[in-house]
Amino acid sequence: MPTEAPEAPQAPEERPRGTLTSGRGRLADPIFKWVVAGCGTLVLIILALMVIRTTAEAWPVFAKEGFFGFLFGEEWTSGDSRTEITGTYGAWPFIYGTLITAAIAIVIALPLSIMVAVYLTHMAPTRLAKPLSYTVELLAAVPSVIFGLWGLHWFLPNVMRPFFEWLEGLLGWFFLFEGPVLGVGYLPAGIVLAIMILPIMTAIVREVIVVQPLDQQMASYALGSTRWEVITKVVLPSSFSGIVAAAMLGMGRALGETIAVLMLIGGSQSWGASLFGTGSSMASHIAATFGEANPETRTALMAIGVALFLVTMVINILARVIVWRLGQTKGDAAV
Amino acid sequence: MRNGRSKLATLAAIPLLAAACSSGGEDTENANTSGDALSGSLTGAGASFPDPLFQDWIYTYTNDVQPDTSINYQSVGSGAGIEQFMEETVDFGSSEEYLDDEALQEAADNRGCEALQFPVTFGSVVIAMNNPELDGLALDAETIAGIYSRDITTFDDPAIAELNPEMDLPSDEIVPVHRSDSSGTTAVFTHYLAHEVESWDEEYGEGKELDWPSGLVGGQQNDGVSQGITQNPGGLGYVNQSFAQESELSVAHVVNSDGEPIEPTTESTIAASEEAEVPENFQFHIDDIGGSGYPIAGTNWIFTYTCGYDQETTDTLVDYWTWALTDESAQEIAGELGYAPLGDELTERVIAELERTNSENGDGSEDGEDEDSEEDSAEDGDQ
Repeated sequence: MPTEAPEAPQAPEERPRGTLTSGRGRLADPIFKWVVAGCGTLVLIILALMVIRTTAEAWPVFAKEGFFGFLFGEEWTSGDSRTEITGTYGAWPFIYGTLITAAIAIVIALPLSIMVAVYLTHMAPTRLAKPLSYTVELLAAVPSVIFGLWGLHWFLPNVMRPFFEWLEGLLGWFFLFEGPVLGVGYLPAGIVLAIMILPIMTAIVREVIVVQPLDQQMASYALGSTRWEVITKVVLPSSFSGIVAAAMLGMGRALGETIAVLMLIGGSQSWGASLFGTGSSMASHIAATFGEANPETRTALMAIGVALFLVTMVINILARVIVWRLGQTKGDAAV
Repeated sequence: MRNGRSKLATLAAIPLLAAACSSGGEDTENANTSGDALSGSLTGAGASFPDPLFQDWIYTYTNDVQPDTSINYQSVGSGAGIEQFMEETVDFGSSEEYLDDEALQEAADNRGCEALQFPVTFGSVVIAMNNPELDGLALDAETIAGIYSRDITTFDDPAIAELNPEMDLPSDEIVPVHRSDSSGTTAVFTHYLAHEVESWDEEYGEGKELDWPSGLVGGQQNDGVSQGITQNPGGLGYVNQSFAQESELSVAHVVNSDGEPIEPTTESTIAASEEAEVPENFQFHIDDIGGSGYPIAGTNWIFTYTCGYDQETTDTLVDYWTWALTDESAQEIAGELGYAPLGDELTERVIAELERTNSENGDGSEDGEDEDSEEDSAEDGDQ
């Protein structure tokens, strides 16, 4: 047996057991391969089952409204039939709500997470960096319902509302910030979403920045760059694809977030451009009406589920295309 | 067994309601349809609107009255409650909307025997406001519809001023708040508006969820609505009475069909339920309430089948609901929580319907009218 060791490095660990039942050692590899492959396919199977099942259940609604009629219809009136589709189902108000809250969340969370990550990796004294990054990660463990409760009962009336009123006074002429300020709405939901996705984005961006080769940075310093130049011209550009990946993960969470949005968006089936306006997102509308839904409404909610899946997929593909295109020009396509 | 039971009964009775022990014995003629202690276990699912009441009833019943029974009520919502009842995954369903003939037929086809439904409690929907000075503000269906369709936007609108000649109305912008989740409270509220105001019916209609006009605030559950009300100076919203009773919001008096502004109380809800005409099939709405009745009221129905239960389940089912509908302590719990009991005549009819549960199996309501068990536990509790 020792003679075999140089040829196959893993053999010495496997062999001592294998000597008793020599079949096992040889079987371990294929078995392991099949188990792993099975786990991999399981993900695909689950996804396929979900897509097929929800699409099949939602089919009557798509058949009645037409696919694009469903996606871009602006009226949502659920009927109460048990067997057929009698209501009008246009999911645009919810799609808009999902997109606008996720967009607000990303616009706020992306620069913040990059700055936090840069601070943690390049600026913060070591004594502070460790506990601070733990705290950021701890924030990721807070359940979203807590964010919702805290947002609705404390953060909204005490912080956001005064800020909104100030903002409305300043920029009320601009359609995005048109009053009245009602409290709940797209903006508070988006801001709380930003806080929720901040930790995961920060954690990823930090990991990406940490692994950037130190010699490039040192070389840059040696050439007389300031810290600002090193970070903006060396560290961040080479972390670009990782930052996009972080944004995508954050976006994914923001698109699908249910309960916190439900509590803060002010659920209504209409929509408007103003960020102070109330509306509903796809996930929050499903959660809000599922319990009381009769068979017809449930079919329509399934259709929203399909739409949500599509929206998520389109955004993911777009993000990948962006990375791929930029990677081609900059020579970095790894995500 | 007796010892164990009496201990449990006493323990449970202390914090919950002392009255249960002393008054439990008086009202037992109907309250027990089976002789021995019951040990069935029930599952029910449905409306969240009566959930606080059902949970208190179940707690008292399973601790105090029949300690060997267990009842599990899941407040999953009326829609899901009806579904679970149809799919026969629960023993009884509950909803704030009665089953129409189509749904009853479907249920009957699934089970192979008739499905029963009967009302068990009434509750009002209250118009609550943020401004404490507005407590007692009189509103009628037209003004409420005007507020929710954004035709009336301030409290000093002439239409409101006309109803409240003595009140000094603020010029605050009204911020109407509605439930953002699908809910029976919304169904009761919008049914009232649609029934009373034609233009509302044409434009918005009624239902558990609605395509509300823009400029309104939606709140998730009663808590979300109450936050929407309290966070806006001109906040005004509708919540069910049991919730309003516990919060400190000011409430509007709603003008009923006799032109009287009525304060929402348990008494005025009872008065409303007595005004309602309940047909033989128990498919009704509480409409056109006059007298001293509060006009925005809803009903909660329970659904059971006439076959397919085992004996233990049938006995427990019938005994539990009979207790809830007739026992004084059960009615007291309802009153405390702001739910109105059924009137005497209606109770009798409902009990008769309830006792048809499992009757097509041939043994539903045959057990004698033995009242020992109930009296036993009541006496035990007194010791």
